Amino acid sequence: MKKIEIEFIVNGKKRRIFVKPNDLLINIIRNDLYLTGSKYGCGIGECGACTVLLDGEPVLSCLTLAVTVNGKEITTIEGLAKGDELHPVQKAFLENGAVQCGFCTPGMILTATALLKENPNATENEIRDYMRGNLCRCTGYVQIVKAIKSCVAEQKSD
Amino acid sequence: MIRLTNNTKILTQEFEYFAPKTLAGALDLLYRYQDKNTRILAGGTDLLVKMKTIGLDADYLISIKEIPELKFIDTDAGLRIGAAVPLSHIEKIEKVREKYPALYESIKSMAAIAIRNMATMPGNICNASPAGDTIPPLIAYEAKLKLVSKRGERTVLVEDFITGVGKTIIKRDELLTQVIIPEISKNSGGAFLKKGRVKADIAKINLAVCLKREGEICKDCRIVLGSVFIKAVRAKKAEELLRGQVINNDLIIKTAKKASEVIKPIDDIRSTAEYRTELARVMTEDALKLAWGRAGGEL
Repeated sequence: MKKIEIEFIVNGKKRRIFVKPNDLLINIIRNDLYLTGSKYGCGIGECGACTVLLDGEPVLSCLTLAVTVNGKEITTIEGLAKGDELHPVQKAFLENGAVQCGFCTPGMILTATALLKENPNATENEIRDYMRGNLCRCTGYVQIVKAIKSCVAEQKSD
Repeated sequence: MIRLTNNTKILTQEFEYFAPKTLAGALDLLYRYQDKNTRILAGGTDLLVKMKTIGLDADYLISIKEIPELKFIDTDAGLRIGAAVPLSHIEKIEKVREKYPALYESIKSMAAIAIRNMATMPGNICNASPAGDTIPPLIAYEAKLKLVSKRGERTVLVEDFITGVGKTIIKRDELLTQVIIPEISKNSGGAFLKKGRVKADIAKINLAVCLKREGEICKDCRIVLGSVFIKAVRAKKAEELLRGQVINNDLIIKTAKKASEVIKPIDDIRSTAEYRTELARVMTEDALKLAWGRAGGEL
């Protein structure tokens, strides 16, 4: 199969790379760009572990062909922190014990940042509804929702 | 149907990929490759899952997501939505929330935000699953689809478009370019209800109703049930009980019972036929009450 050259922005940096039409974005991100924060979970759009932001919106990189992101902007979990300064949502997850094994965490945090950008004053119900496609099998959801809620309160008091 | 033993980590199928930038370019490709195994890629949330799990393959894949002509939303008269618009953008349209609650509720009930950021309404329609969530509300609102090819174009009702499980009347060289929903009259009310195991799940049963009210009379109505037959179906015999009648609780209960009698559900992994029949009755009753209230009616 002929490789196609694509150009896209990953975490603020322009990347040019040759991909096959059947290459999945998750594998290009992990194996070619060495950004292993995004996780391969179920591969069929049930778990949300592979979530990345495509032009600011959460999408599933295991169901996205790499060729389709040509000219677009991708943010992975590695792109959230500014140097050593963690993103407020990352801090909130640590402070609220919302990370246990960590496998779901990149997808959880990226989805949560998109939620807070779209709806800075999200209620608990809105948080649970927006996060429903990101599954966690160890910590449970109480601390995760608490962490996201703490970010809402922070933005309110600003 | 989905065998999780398969490798879902990579796509093993080899195909040629096209991302035309114009509708004419896409139609040219569809025309040229109509005798080949050609598939249209929109969100990919059904197509790629099927390629991974049941070995669906393609020689040519045509993405329609790069076509600006298919990314429009027109709310002037009714609703006209281009084929490349993701579901999450439709649920954000104020007119959809306010005037087409059954459609709004159906989209909100689907999967999760990441899927809705990718998936499209035509994808849901062309996939033609009996459980497709946007299909009952679209039939209830008398929506039409524009099918375009190099030979010309035609407009068909959603109700006539799907013929069976995964089967539609679309021709190999045609592209579904837009969904057209007629303007809704002032005293109309719609509702969508769905029962799944958990919120993001595929429906055991889903249904949409749309009522037109004139005083205490139901002037017209549509009751559409999904996941109870090979495709979403109207419970026409139940609709007849309501049409032209003064609406009251007893009549709604009678209509809901009729709706549950005319469907032909099956036993499958998500539910039994018996449970679906019972749910159909209860949910039709609830949906009719909700829609009647939204149309400004009282009980």
